[in-house]
Amino acid sequence: MSTLLQQLANGVVQGALIALIALGYTMVYGIIQLINFAHGEVFMVGAYGGLATYTWIVPESVKDVWYVSLPIVLVGGVAVSVAIALLMERFAYRPLRNAPRLAPLITALGVSVFLQEFVRNFYPNATAALPFPGVFVQGQLVIGPIRVGWSGILLIGVSVLLSIALQTYINRSRMGRAMRATAQDPDTAKLMGVNPDRVIVLTFVLGAALAGVAGVLFGTYLNNINTDMGFQTGIFAFTAAVLGGVGSIRGAVVGAFIIGLVKTLAGQYMPGGTQYDYVWIFVVLILVLVFRPQGLFGEPERVRA
Amino acid sequence: MSALLEVRDLSVAYGAIEAVRDISFTVEAGHIVSLIGSNGAGKTTTLRTISGLLRPTGGEIVFDGKPIHDQPAHTILGSGLAHCPEGRRLFPRMTVEENLQLGAYVRKDDGVEADMQNVYELFPVLGERRHNKAGLFSGGEQQMLAIGRAMMSKPKLLMLDEPSMGLSPIMTQLIFDTIKELQKQGTTILLVEQNALAALALSDHGYVIDLGQTTLDGPGHELLADERVRAAYLGED
Repeated sequence: MSTLLQQLANGVVQGALIALIALGYTMVYGIIQLINFAHGEVFMVGAYGGLATYTWIVPESVKDVWYVSLPIVLVGGVAVSVAIALLMERFAYRPLRNAPRLAPLITALGVSVFLQEFVRNFYPNATAALPFPGVFVQGQLVIGPIRVGWSGILLIGVSVLLSIALQTYINRSRMGRAMRATAQDPDTAKLMGVNPDRVIVLTFVLGAALAGVAGVLFGTYLNNINTDMGFQTGIFAFTAAVLGGVGSIRGAVVGAFIIGLVKTLAGQYMPGGTQYDYVWIFVVLILVLVFRPQGLFGEPERVRA
Repeated sequence: MSALLEVRDLSVAYGAIEAVRDISFTVEAGHIVSLIGSNGAGKTTTLRTISGLLRPTGGEIVFDGKPIHDQPAHTILGSGLAHCPEGRRLFPRMTVEENLQLGAYVRKDDGVEADMQNVYELFPVLGERRHNKAGLFSGGEQQMLAIGRAMMSKPKLLMLDEPSMGLSPIMTQLIFDTIKELQKQGTTILLVEQNALAALALSDHGYVIDLGQTTLDGPGHELLADERVRAAYLGED
């Protein structure tokens, strides 16, 4: 029983992390129908950006004062993620805006490999995993049999808060309306005066900012990062987005928590253990796609005239 | 009277297929001008090109004294030219209110709320259902919302593409009455219709388009009386 509760708690932390990344996948897909396979790497460079900020920018005297260093590290990580996403949109995807859909998809895979190799080769000592500082309250929250590191609690809190903030922004603000209009009917959105380039750039920026936050909090939680982390977690996040209904904000968050829970529970209880957790995640995905191809919260059909 | 919109020798092609060939017409400020013609004549293509959604292969479009044929689509509305597209093209998963707010997307002034009330006065059914999703509405209600949305930008020229399509005769009459009313309030109208009789009866000037070319033009009432128009579009021998 206590193992089950502990794994449920671990699953929620995993889900919170995956949600922050899944939101980027689902938003970009909603606007330009591109599965941005390089989005996992936007998360990864966020972690390295955070580490670089901690190593070279945060002054020695405040490195151990988490409430000073964490905000600086977060800003550094987010800045790197956003910068990379902007470059990627401008130079890799925008020139292919009117190309057949397969072209940007393959480009996304290329960008993904490029970013992994670039960081591995040019970040000092990144050929191996690097230690990441615990820039938050150390120790664990203990509730009965459950123990969760405070940095895990932080991850859950930040993820829930940012998801709600994003949902509110998209539903209430003028630019949020422009984003939804472009997602539903790009031509008619232009007739309303909505500049599609601005909407697309904003979408990449929002997704990248969330991924950057996720990168830094991931490092803080696990205390070690490597250049494959984006690929691995990116697969989970992509699956979560599809599971929830790609294009749906709520779907991405719900899908992420489902994936997080399936991953930890399958790792504990299914034959093969953690080595086979991928298998069970994809079993869940396949089942959902067979019985509800649009995902849990997806729209069954695209815009009608 | 001066020309608010002037289209000169406009040609548009989809790949190798020329949909519009050397169309020319003029819309005077304050007028209702209609383009009539059968299905596939190039009317919708012409409007989409004026809006910047399509690029012409030749010719010129001058609006309010400025050439606009190489402007990106999203800048056209800001210059005062609104397009209410064929099939209404509302944002189906947004509410009435959100659709109207998007119509006013380019406006920076604070009169948006008041203009939204005006739309609700013009079409009370929209006001009653302002928080409902547009995709659930009937064809007539959708057309009202589409017109209301286009008016939210306070355009100088409103282009309406097949506003009567799929509507009951009563609803069609209501929509045409509304168009007349908008003209009275000072909006210039460019109307594309298959319902030639109703469109010409309303129009100060009409152009007949056939196979991508302008074949006839004249004041609405004269075209209505023209034998060739009656034979081709009003089903008379």
